[in-house]
Amino acid sequence: MQGVPLIAYLTLGLFLFSVGVVGVVIRRNPIVIFMCIELMLNAVNLTFLAFAKFLPTMTIPGKAPLADAAMSGQMMVIFVMAVAAAEVAVGLGIIMAIFRLRQDIDIDEMNLLRG
Amino acid sequence: MYKPVILPIDWSMIAPVVLVAMVGIIALCIEMARPKKNNNLIVGFTLAGLAVAAIAILVQFDMDSYRIGETLSGMVTRDRFSLTMQLLVVISAFLSVLFSEGYLREKRIPFGEFYPILCWSAVGAMVMVATQNLLMIFLGLEVLSISLYVLAGMSRSENKSEESALKYLLLGAFASGFLLYGIAFLYGGSGSIHLDTIRQSWAVGNSGSHMLLLFGLGLVLIGLGFKSSLVPFHMWTPDVYQGAPTNVTAFMAAGSKIGAIAALWRVLDAMGMMQQYWMPAMFWIAILTMTVGNLIALGQKDVKRVLGYSSIAHAGYILVGILAHVREPMKIGSDTVSYYLLSYALMTIGAFAVITLSARAGKEGTKFGDVQGLWHRAPLAAGSLIVFMASLIGIPPTSGFIGKLLIFKDAMAADLAPLAFVLAVNSIISVYYYLGILRSMFVVDEEGEYVRNSAMNNGLKSACVICMVGIFGAAIFFSPLMQLFGTR
Repeated sequence: MQGVPLIAYLTLGLFLFSVGVVGVVIRRNPIVIFMCIELMLNAVNLTFLAFAKFLPTMTIPGKAPLADAAMSGQMMVIFVMAVAAAEVAVGLGIIMAIFRLRQDIDIDEMNLLRG
Repeated sequence: MYKPVILPIDWSMIAPVVLVAMVGIIALCIEMARPKKNNNLIVGFTLAGLAVAAIAILVQFDMDSYRIGETLSGMVTRDRFSLTMQLLVVISAFLSVLFSEGYLREKRIPFGEFYPILCWSAVGAMVMVATQNLLMIFLGLEVLSISLYVLAGMSRSENKSEESALKYLLLGAFASGFLLYGIAFLYGGSGSIHLDTIRQSWAVGNSGSHMLLLFGLGLVLIGLGFKSSLVPFHMWTPDVYQGAPTNVTAFMAAGSKIGAIAALWRVLDAMGMMQQYWMPAMFWIAILTMTVGNLIALGQKDVKRVLGYSSIAHAGYILVGILAHVREPMKIGSDTVSYYLLSYALMTIGAFAVITLSARAGKEGTKFGDVQGLWHRAPLAAGSLIVFMASLIGIPPTSGFIGKLLIFKDAMAADLAPLAFVLAVNSIISVYYYLGILRSMFVVDEEGEYVRNSAMNNGLKSACVICMVGIFGAAIFFSPLMQLFGTR
């Protein structure tokens, strides 16, 4: 197949995913953490779509060509986007509730729960 | 041109799920009308609806009229394992609803929305246990988790509750990111998101697809490890359990753990062929989960935190059962895991139900000192707590003992003797902190501030009695139960 090879998509996906993970770990603002989680999910979507584009052209030995494989990957992306939207709706609600309680949403200040 | 094959659909397979979802929707409509300005009608309706759903699941255990198989293009699976897990989820939701109303009133958060959201959370768990499709596992997990994020932050004026909700949400979403990324690679390695097809494609695959599948499996296991709180992905568990309202914690500990463990069971079962790669890792994770959970619990001062760490340890025990099954899939069935989860659900929900007594007039204290002298205020609750703790420790004749014995036997049969040994040692360590909880309940010197005026209500009484009867019943009727849960 002409054009961008599969490995390029996967590498970009892995890069985006790593940026997301690092962001979640080092940032202190829950809204930024949320954006990083969105980045992770978008990396997942990219990976799914890349596989969905390339799988129908491949065959796994001993089996019929993967002609139908594109469908499940593309459906998966639709569901991931819907779920991510639901997650953000709830998440921003919780962040709002916290902001009303303490006028501050820094993660480091959240240390009431400990052993 | 893509031409999907549409097979006839067996609607009875998704009837219980639809039923519980409808119960939630109708309960929300009742809540909007709010007859008599209280929640009694909602509670009654939810309980009745969950009971009907439990019956709808129970009739399907009759394998002659309800065949084992899949429907809706492989999205929904029905076998003994999925039916059992759905039944356990419904039972957990039922028990959590049963004692919630009194606690929510005491805590001054009498929101009727609790009941519908709990139902939908149960729907999520029921979806994810009854499928072999990774898309459905993901969707069920998210429906379950998103509902629980909302419930954990339900006590809006309480800093702790909001903090636990945010921690749960951020770590939960982080974990689903890993889970999804893993699913993407499993899909890339096999061309399918159905676990059966993935299992087959490992057998025929080449080294390239094997690498994709292994990478994907690792990420999926990280995601599911977060959700079922295996060490080293357990950090959120005690915090969230401590901060969330106690009735929510009860369902979280039982319902969401059942969902996550069932999904883990399905995934590991399907990946049995590549166990030479993941078995060593899971072996150490099981050892760590049992040991770390128990050791950290020893130093805790808060009853809900102790129970949180204890739930981590129990996840480790169940993981031993799963690993034993994967090593010897022909000899060891899913019935051990099912039985252990049943007894675990009963004893944890019972224990959390008793802890709800420490809420009074909008405040709540769950430190060991706060619950001192509960024995005087509520002898029934404190008495039943003895049974729950005995079962959590694993003292005969409770179901907790039989569950541990079964897992021990399975581990020995599957040549996992080190795990069986660690399990036994950990059961002994755990005696210390469970007895610590009991000691503070029965100490008479000084009554804790919050339990001084606590009052039993009928819902709580019945929840305690049902859990107690269930624990002994499951121990006595152990062999018919095992037959119901599946064949060995």
